[in-house]
Amino acid sequence: MFQSVIRTSRFRHAASRHHAAFGRTFSRAFGSRSVYAPMLCALALLTVARSTATAQDRPVGVTIDGGYAPGTRLGVMVLPINGAAGDSLKLIMERDLDFSDRFQHVPSIAPPAPNQPINYALVSSAGAAVLVQSELLPSGWLRVIVHDVGAKKLLQQNDFPLPTTANTDNWRMGVHRISDEIERWVTGQKGIAATRITFSRDERVWVVDSDGANPRPVTPRGLGPTWHPSGRYIVYYAFDEDRIRLYVTDVITGAQRSLTNEKGANDVTPSVSPDGRSVVFSRSVEATAGSTDLFVMPFDGGRPTRVSVSRGSINLAPSWSPDSRRVTFSSDRSGRNEIYIADADGTNVSLLTADAYGERNVRADPVWSPDGRFIAMSSEVGGTQQILIYGLSDRSLRQVTSDGRNQAPAWAPDGRHLVFSSTRGGSEQLWVTDIETGRMRQVTRGSRARFGDWSPRLVSTP
Amino acid sequence: MNVKYRIATLLLALPLAAAACKKKPVDVAPAQEPVTAPVTVAPPAEDNSAALAAARADSIRRATEAARAVMLQTVYFDYNSDELRPDARATLDEKLRVLNVNPGVRIRIEGHTDERGTDQYNIALGRRRADQAKRYLTDRGIDATRIETMSFGRERPAASGSNEEAWAQNRRGEFVLIAGGEELRAP
Repeated sequence: MFQSVIRTSRFRHAASRHHAAFGRTFSRAFGSRSVYAPMLCALALLTVARSTATAQDRPVGVTIDGGYAPGTRLGVMVLPINGAAGDSLKLIMERDLDFSDRFQHVPSIAPPAPNQPINYALVSSAGAAVLVQSELLPSGWLRVIVHDVGAKKLLQQNDFPLPTTANTDNWRMGVHRISDEIERWVTGQKGIAATRITFSRDERVWVVDSDGANPRPVTPRGLGPTWHPSGRYIVYYAFDEDRIRLYVTDVITGAQRSLTNEKGANDVTPSVSPDGRSVVFSRSVEATAGSTDLFVMPFDGGRPTRVSVSRGSINLAPSWSPDSRRVTFSSDRSGRNEIYIADADGTNVSLLTADAYGERNVRADPVWSPDGRFIAMSSEVGGTQQILIYGLSDRSLRQVTSDGRNQAPAWAPDGRHLVFSSTRGGSEQLWVTDIETGRMRQVTRGSRARFGDWSPRLVSTP
Repeated sequence: MNVKYRIATLLLALPLAAAACKKKPVDVAPAQEPVTAPVTVAPPAEDNSAALAAARADSIRRATEAARAVMLQTVYFDYNSDELRPDARATLDEKLRVLNVNPGVRIRIEGHTDERGTDQYNIALGRRRADQAKRYLTDRGIDATRIETMSFGRERPAASGSNEEAWAQNRRGEFVLIAGGEELRAP
């Protein structure tokens, strides 16, 4: 613990050096010789500390895609790796660290000769604060050594097992796990490379690695898929002849089982509680006269219990709080769609978006962040659905997309990345954004993809 | 008059009529001409009665087809609304007459929406549309157990395109005959 604190502070220091460098560039560019680099350095540090606050100050409707402050990400260099799979390894690790949005990719210099020390000055002058040196061992394991370039010393070292056949799904996931561990060594936060995203395409449930590799269908039918926190099961809904039912697929065996089977019922928008025990979903039956209500049932099966009683209104898209005790959902009970929070038994309902009551916006698809601090949602802005983030502590509402139609957000396990569907590239596809930097990247390609949901960190590969 | 012969002809004609029912009305219309043509020309009694029987079967088939077309007719809705428009009510009134004389008929109403709004909301909206159409029929005496409702939201559009013309065709309630559709009687 103590060590990790020291490590973190050291890297803050490294980051501040970057700010100083940026400050010099800044003053050169603007010819302002009177500005001292140390002052800029302090200013930059302040910027880092208040990055969330400044992001919230951004005016609604301004494109922030791709704009991020230089210096907030540590330069990382991955040295070339020996062996036949070395190039793939290096490429995947570089991309993982880049997609984490906590590092700035620095092109590699030539690796040191065997048994020669690292030339820290050279690596530093290339712009890297972190150096990743790896070696494929005869056993097939990968030895990873991470250097703190600023302190000119080894930061952490470990040997990782990898499946024997390179470039298979399992092997790739094994490499992602190494990248996530490297990220934890350096930043104290584990990465999200070893995760997958489920989505629907052509009315089937698909799964894709979070870096966009290996997209494949996993069910014969289905929409609105959502992960079980084990990462082994996906719950989704599918049209049968006279009803819409919830189903569960086992990602390992490929088996499908039905979760609900009520004649005449339309069961949609399932969400599994973070403790894995319960499923909350929306059901409309004719008997309830035009209303769609929330129901909760055990994940292992059983009788659903109705938890919202709102005659005639549509209550949809429930999402659990991290402690599995509350749900957020959308409802048109006030006359238009707004976001509400209630206890999991349906009591203590409160209107979340009351603050913005004056805007006649249609809000939908609320999702609670894993750290409990935010609720992401989609909302109509100028006639088009956009992704917004509501801060529960300061009741702030911040827009994170503005390009195309953007819908159905879902959080990554790091609570900092969101996957959502967007028409920004033409056809509707899944995109990921980092809410800290605003950086965007496309995850899926091909025919229309939507209803993305991010898996937990996958400790073993299904 | 050879009654047995007539009955036999009728029995022979029935499966033919039934088979014809399965086709679209447009497809069968030209095929009937050679059958009805000899009625006015052929003098032998046997042939005449056979032709009469065929003509009767044909008129039954036509009536069945007409009733069937009424039952399958789609109703349309306004944007983000589940209210029944006057044209939808007129269509439902016609369906009522067929349902009243065919107590064995059971139907399913499938609600659909245009592409605007979220996927999930549209499933709920499609459901409301189907339920509204059902309520119109049950309020006028049709047994509720004869009508199922279902929603496909915006997942199964009838027309592609992101314009009002396509949207108007997609905001609809479709009707499916799930029982008794083979032997429909005309009202």
